[in-house]
Amino acid sequence: MDTPAELRYTKSDEWVRVEGDVATIGITDYAQSELGDIVFLELPEVGRYLQTDEAFGAVESVKAASDLYAPVEGEVIEVNTALQSALEQINQDPYGAGWMIKIRMKDPSQVNTLMTADEYRAYRGL
Amino acid sequence: MKRTALYEAHRRTGARMVEFAGWEMPVQYRGIIEETRAVRQAWGIFDVSHMARAHFRGEAAAQFLSRLVPSDLSKVAPGTGQYTVLTNERGGVVDDVIVYHLAPDHWLMVFNAANREKDLAWFQRWQAEFTNPPTIDDQTEQTVMIAVQGPEAAARLSAHMNPALAEVPRFGTLAFEWEGMPLFAARTGYTGEDGFELIAPAEYGERLWDALLAWGATPCGLGARDVLRVEAGLHLYGHELTDDTNPIEAGLGWLVSERTDYIGAEPILQAKQAVPTRKLMGIVLQERGVPREGYPVLVDGQGVGQLTSGVYSPTLEQGIGMAYLPAALAKAGTPCAVEIRGRAIPALITTRRFLKRS
Repeated sequence: MDTPAELRYTKSDEWVRVEGDVATIGITDYAQSELGDIVFLELPEVGRYLQTDEAFGAVESVKAASDLYAPVEGEVIEVNTALQSALEQINQDPYGAGWMIKIRMKDPSQVNTLMTADEYRAYRGL
Repeated sequence: MKRTALYEAHRRTGARMVEFAGWEMPVQYRGIIEETRAVRQAWGIFDVSHMARAHFRGEAAAQFLSRLVPSDLSKVAPGTGQYTVLTNERGGVVDDVIVYHLAPDHWLMVFNAANREKDLAWFQRWQAEFTNPPTIDDQTEQTVMIAVQGPEAAARLSAHMNPALAEVPRFGTLAFEWEGMPLFAARTGYTGEDGFELIAPAEYGERLWDALLAWGATPCGLGARDVLRVEAGLHLYGHELTDDTNPIEAGLGWLVSERTDYIGAEPILQAKQAVPTRKLMGIVLQERGVPREGYPVLVDGQGVGQLTSGVYSPTLEQGIGMAYLPAALAKAGTPCAVEIRGRAIPALITTRRFLKRS
């Protein structure tokens, strides 16, 4: 199970990549593996302002549905619209082409409250 | 948790295991979509050894089984089987089963894993009615059962195992030996595709499974099995069938004979003659979304039922499900909606024949 060291993680299995004040968000390799084949994805509109832990969308596999939660507070500045016609990217490349949204963070230091890769691995017993 | 004789084989094949009806079963190998496609386009194999299998032997075997089911078993010739239901005194469904007429005075019943103890107790209860009841021999744990399903299944099995398999009619059976292995094959399944269900003594299970894999069959788990059966509009006990649903409203009137001597005959014959109050229908989403069991079905914004099953259909690339709906609304083509996370997603009421093929 892949957990890149440069990313931060949430208990609800999102990952966060930070570049300046922009956080890119997706679901982890563990999450996609647990869900199996993804068949449905619901993402917010660009411009929506998300509170920390607010549900911003949903991802569904053949087996299960899972809400997506904002790891950090801020405005959605980009949505990976290409994903809708290539949902298998979430399974095949969860940290790359499978990214979901970008948020301009209100407070970039908020990422320090999220789990490191080691902490996430310990949390999930990976 | 119980394990089938194929447990080690599943681990070797990389299955993800889950608990189902007290058994540790494979839910998927490489992915539910890929497995579903293999069965629709080529062939796949499923370990269904958790399903209960019991032999009924004795001169009253047919008479005893006829007391339990509404079908006319006198029409089930030796060497054939019949899908039917066990009914209770209220006309509800105790379980749905297949009975196979193996030989005079010898029948085999395959029933649901989740209902194994319940059904065995049910048989025991009605045995007391008979002065010479049949013996009931539960062989579930002494045997394996592998479903071999898909448009290529029959050709592959007849080429590799026994050419006579190609001649077996739907719901027909064939007992034969393959490389020293005693096999029972029935041309039945739960996918809407052609294929066989094979039963072998447990000690041969892994050899049989490995041979099927070596011939190119795709291993499939319970995940694909559920998707395939919903796509085929087939019932699952505990979902479309319960102790409180009668076979008529479930769309199983075709297996109810005119007989009046089985348990629950009176309420079932009444239901057959009466105007139905509700009916099991199909639901097809008209927008993206995944309908799931328990989701409300709305017509004109009003709740009219809820999904008994729902899946994303990889074959149709649409969300599909089934629901009991008031008979007045149960017309194919009627617009409805399925409530998913608080939103009404447009859908159509359809028949349960989701995969209409020309």
